[in-house]
Amino acid sequence: MKETPLSNCERRFLLRAIEERKRLDGRQTYDYRSIRISFGADYGCCVVELGKTRVLGQVSCELVSPKLNRATEGILFFNLELSQMAAPAFEPGRQSDLLVKLNRLLERCLRNSKCIDTESLCVVAGEKVWQIRVDLHLLNHDGNIIDAASIAAIVALCHFRRPDVSVQGDEVTLYTPEERDPVPLSIHHMPICVSFAFFQQGAFLLVDPSEREERVMDGLLVIAVNKHREICTIQSSGGIMLLNEQVLRCSKIAGVKVAEITELIQKALENDQKVRKEGGKFGFAESIAKQRITAFRMEKAPVDTSDVEEKAEEVLTAADPPPDVVSKPVLWTPGTAQIGEGVENSWGDLEDSEKEDEDEGGSDEAIILDGVRTDVGMEVSNTGSQEAPIVLSDSEEEETIILEPDKNPKKIRTQTISAKQEKAPSTTPVKKRRKKRTAN
Amino acid sequence: MQSEAKIHTEHGTDSSPQGPGCSLRHFACEQNLLSRPDGSASFLQGVAEKSRERLIRNTCEAVVLGALHPRTSITIVLQVISDAGSLMACCLNATCMALVDAGVPMQALFCGVTCALDSDGTLVLDPTAKQEKEARAVLTFALDSVDQKLLMSTTKGLYSNAELQQCLAAAQAASQHVFRFYRESLQRRYSKS
Repeated sequence: MKETPLSNCERRFLLRAIEERKRLDGRQTYDYRSIRISFGADYGCCVVELGKTRVLGQVSCELVSPKLNRATEGILFFNLELSQMAAPAFEPGRQSDLLVKLNRLLERCLRNSKCIDTESLCVVAGEKVWQIRVDLHLLNHDGNIIDAASIAAIVALCHFRRPDVSVQGDEVTLYTPEERDPVPLSIHHMPICVSFAFFQQGAFLLVDPSEREERVMDGLLVIAVNKHREICTIQSSGGIMLLNEQVLRCSKIAGVKVAEITELIQKALENDQKVRKEGGKFGFAESIAKQRITAFRMEKAPVDTSDVEEKAEEVLTAADPPPDVVSKPVLWTPGTAQIGEGVENSWGDLEDSEKEDEDEGGSDEAIILDGVRTDVGMEVSNTGSQEAPIVLSDSEEEETIILEPDKNPKKIRTQTISAKQEKAPSTTPVKKRRKKRTAN
Repeated sequence: MQSEAKIHTEHGTDSSPQGPGCSLRHFACEQNLLSRPDGSASFLQGVAEKSRERLIRNTCEAVVLGALHPRTSITIVLQVISDAGSLMACCLNATCMALVDAGVPMQALFCGVTCALDSDGTLVLDPTAKQEKEARAVLTFALDSVDQKLLMSTTKGLYSNAELQQCLAAAQAASQHVFRFYRESLQRRYSKS
């Protein structure tokens, strides 16, 4: 679906409001929206909500052979997907620009900053290393995808536990989670992206732009910082020209914000760890807010299946017995066999049909076919008598044959309606073919 | 028109195996949780790509009153957050709730129920991932809310005619619970108190 264009009124309203230092949701210039982090039951699964923007992050790992030029390092793979549910404009195949930009930024932020110790992912140098794969799915787009995605990625990586491995000489033993507790990844620092939106040629800036604000912005500056105030990545897009004081000021603001966000992440991780250790309930089940009116839960409910067997019996006895399927394969030559008889091509058989309608004789096919045949025969003759007088198709292939309702129901079928004939002709031609074969 | 549904099937809560008596794991759902689509729901239960999509689509086509909205495309996007068994049933439930949340007119609500038959013929409703893997046959049914009629069934494994009818009857009994859950969650949402 195409994105609904922003009306001029809305654009002017937003820009005027920003000039007066007002934001639509009442935030201040440097305020972030509320961040909520929830974890799933598996290690490495988390959902991050930045206001209404929602990103799902999932980490998985696999043992693979390493890259040839980096034989002692593990492999990191990042993938962000913009799901169609996030915004109507995100159709598969239509989002390439934005997608490439976001993916590239995420990779630079997480891979080039070396926040994950890839040497520790090596199991056997040159042969087996861990490949860590981070999949991010955008579930709802309300602005500032990159911040939410970077938070989700780093939280998922911190939350993830990989299976324990031990190497004895040439033997590599991979332990299941039941045998040995899985091991967390070794993470040096947590880089988090902070976005700054610029308006009116760099005169005004806003932190954490919402979707409306993103639509009217002139340019975006993304700075990835960690809590030690080290800049990991910086990217400016949109063609705005910034003064160096502005960039420095933004980096200072980013430092402050990231410190707050990192604290929030640590607290969330610790809470989850505590709940798991104490054996309490964890997972998305618990994170659905209980008091919210749009959320509802029901406990485990027993289902009474005592009368299931009787009901099943009744259904079975009331049902018709299944038709006997008799398949007598006829072997023509080695490698070619035939089961049953197929549908005969009835084109060009109009002249023969008169002679063969009288053959109602015995069959050596399965007995049930007779029953079926007569049923269908009755149906067909009904339709024949009902539809003979109706003038139907405009088809050019109509042949001019006089309709004789009672004698040759088959004739009527082939001429008038084309669609309904599949069932009927399949039975009567069986007789014809038998005749032909004896002739051969 | 877009309805989105997020699905969790989770088993993080209790790890005790389900006994021979049938019971459904605990459910939770949240509606209208995404701001961009017209309707959205998240359905949590307990815990071959294109064919699954086709099955869900066929079920929806059977109940959605498409004639009231000609020239309209209804897109249903499902995102699996985690899978702990009975995934297809959870997908169907989430789809139904999302369609209700979006206000799409339907002839009836529908729900999905999964049954597993293990090697000695015991029927287990709403199986966990482990039970599904060890089962001899896994059957999923989509049932409608008016008469518990069968809308769609997809099965995997070996089972007899009698077992099929038993599973279907059990699924019909279980679907009552699911429909009660729908009703209560919608009542809660739309009630004035």
